[in-house]
Amino acid sequence: MSLLIKNGTVVNPAKGQHEVADILVENGVIAAIGQNLQADQAEVYDATGLIVAPGLIDIHTHLREPGQEAKEDFHSGTQAAAAGGFTRIATMANTNPVVDNAALVRGLRKQAELTGVVKVEFMGAISKGLQGKELTEMGDLAEAGVVGFSDDGHYVENAAFMRRALEYSSMFGKMVIDHAEECSLTCEGHMHEGIVSYEMGVKGRPAVAEDLAVARDIMLAEMTGGHIHIAHVSTKSAVDQVRRAKAQGVKVTCEVTSQHLAFTDEYLRDYNTDFKMAPPIRSEDHRQALLEALQDGTIDAIITDHAPHAYEEKDVEFCCAANGFTGLETSFAAVVTHVLKTGILTIDEIINLMSTKPAQLIGVDGGVLEVGKPADISVLSLDETWTVDRNTFYTRGKSCPFDGMTVTGKAKLTVVDGQIVMKDGVVIG
Amino acid sequence: MGEISLKGKHLLGLQGRTKEEIELILRVAKKMKKIVLSDNKKHPLLKGKSIINLFMENSTRTRSSFELAGKYLGADVINISKSGSSMAKGESFRDTLLTMSYMGTDAIVMRSSEEGAPLYATKCVDPIIINAGDGAHEHPTQALLDMYSILEHKPTLEGLKVVIVGDIMHSRVARSNIYGLKTMGADVHLAGPRTLVYPELEKLGVTVHHDVREAVKDADVVNVLRIQLERIHSALYPSNREYARIFGINKSVLENAKDDVLVLHPGPMNRGLEIAPDVAYGDASVIQEQVRNGVAIRMAILYLTIIGGDGSELVD
Repeated sequence: MSLLIKNGTVVNPAKGQHEVADILVENGVIAAIGQNLQADQAEVYDATGLIVAPGLIDIHTHLREPGQEAKEDFHSGTQAAAAGGFTRIATMANTNPVVDNAALVRGLRKQAELTGVVKVEFMGAISKGLQGKELTEMGDLAEAGVVGFSDDGHYVENAAFMRRALEYSSMFGKMVIDHAEECSLTCEGHMHEGIVSYEMGVKGRPAVAEDLAVARDIMLAEMTGGHIHIAHVSTKSAVDQVRRAKAQGVKVTCEVTSQHLAFTDEYLRDYNTDFKMAPPIRSEDHRQALLEALQDGTIDAIITDHAPHAYEEKDVEFCCAANGFTGLETSFAAVVTHVLKTGILTIDEIINLMSTKPAQLIGVDGGVLEVGKPADISVLSLDETWTVDRNTFYTRGKSCPFDGMTVTGKAKLTVVDGQIVMKDGVVIG
Repeated sequence: MGEISLKGKHLLGLQGRTKEEIELILRVAKKMKKIVLSDNKKHPLLKGKSIINLFMENSTRTRSSFELAGKYLGADVINISKSGSSMAKGESFRDTLLTMSYMGTDAIVMRSSEEGAPLYATKCVDPIIINAGDGAHEHPTQALLDMYSILEHKPTLEGLKVVIVGDIMHSRVARSNIYGLKTMGADVHLAGPRTLVYPELEKLGVTVHHDVREAVKDADVVNVLRIQLERIHSALYPSNREYARIFGINKSVLENAKDDVLVLHPGPMNRGLEIAPDVAYGDASVIQEQVRNGVAIRMAILYLTIIGGDGSELVD
């Protein structure tokens, strides 16, 4: 079958393209991009007034398969991705069992192809069982197709171990992604440390915990020549350090979550567990530093850190609640509302950070609209205003800080390999 | 008078409460104290009401004073502890609250080690929630009884220099006192080691000291907090010996304060650590009277939140 997406504004940062055009999709690939395209047999989608972009790619998603499918599995997680405009996601390795061997990656890939609605990539663990002691068989994992190595959820505490991980992984051209928070400073902490946590009496996770970890990781990357990717940066000093290190030629990249761009710790004043995550939502000065780092190119990707939890893990007293919440279905709206409409970035820059650069970071064929390439396409509205209702989510994780908020920006059509997987909010498949 | 009512309102903390609300509570507590001091303490204003004391942390004075407060006013009061309840079998906090609320409960008085637990409780169930201490967050009835105890000796809180000494960072008593005293116009000072009193707290409109003698200078009130001995293990202070020597409140330190200084302590005390015995039992101490006032304050809170009104049916 073929699909003709008409009259949309094509935003294609990889080609420097931003113009009203039609896109014709045939046999799963892009057949043509141009003016007044005609195709008699094609299904036509009128994208007038909408953005037509290379499919959004989230390089930091937590699905819970294997092990905790009641929280999320490949089907529900990829449905959520499709609803949010994502055509490809990369999942973190902290499942049960941990994704730390090639056989598991091969099996999971099959399962994801069978039940998934969008494309699923896998991060391999850095250490066996996320224990921080023995390296995973990174060569095997790379051959099985992992797109990076990460113990995300855990900081790689041992500096010597991190050194070896960066050295060894560099042979396979895959980045090492670190959840950079020094544990001795964050232990038992539940939110950003500052005047708000002091007023609430809640033990804090100080910014310096992240600053220290980022400094160490950058120094090790410089020494080893390995590629360190700092997961979900959240502090002023972290982005300052990445900026300086990049200027010195260190192989360092970083990402930011949409929620760190939208919120500050003031939102936690009523102990709402929907805002609890690690690294924590920080104070306004840190949020401003992240926005500046987006503008000057220090930050390489905007991610969701989609982390579905069971109802009973979040419906508890604040300090007992799990860290993290869902993001796939709200991330694009969060970015439009807090980054585009506030004039921080243009839509071209946003698509670059949510599709083009993420594709480059994980080394996949995507993030660009080009004739002959797989037709992974997101059609997006920058003007549609809607109220987030967690009960309508496709994800099984219902904790979401945006719940009840009115936001702007919505995915309208998601196309994966030429197949419509979401149309006007309804996921197909 | 008569315009403000606390009826049906929760008491989660003193942050954000108005001066008028605090004055109302203190005024009614004065009448309640007369009942506490009288021969016949039964004054069944809360007859037919039921109160559950849900104490998920150990407590001597707060729990028994809430229990007696309810009983003096004629309410049916039961106590539930964490270890003796189904929470010990893993029942969630929400389900525990739901179970209690369906027994015809008018108010739940709760003590929790988790900050924000009382606020969470208000989102789970209908009964009035009274915070009897939530982690390091707030302990509003303690601060109210502290203010009440001060006002038995001072004409007003306005402009009084009140020094809170000790482990401010981990103290719910300190937070409630800061919020309440600031609202009432007091000049609040905090003192203790740098690890337990952060300079950033000055954003709350208080003055931070690490030199106790300097802090206590010309003080009207010194409120000494309990030091939790296990803090040594987190390197928050090196030894009891050094804490007592540098931050302990003794006669010599108190000489810097005003002659009519009052000494408060929420209890339980570590005598010889944060407070010297001769101060604890000395002329400046109102520590034992605080306990009696605690019953009166809790009677006032239960009455005002469950029944409402302004206490005019009580004798002056």
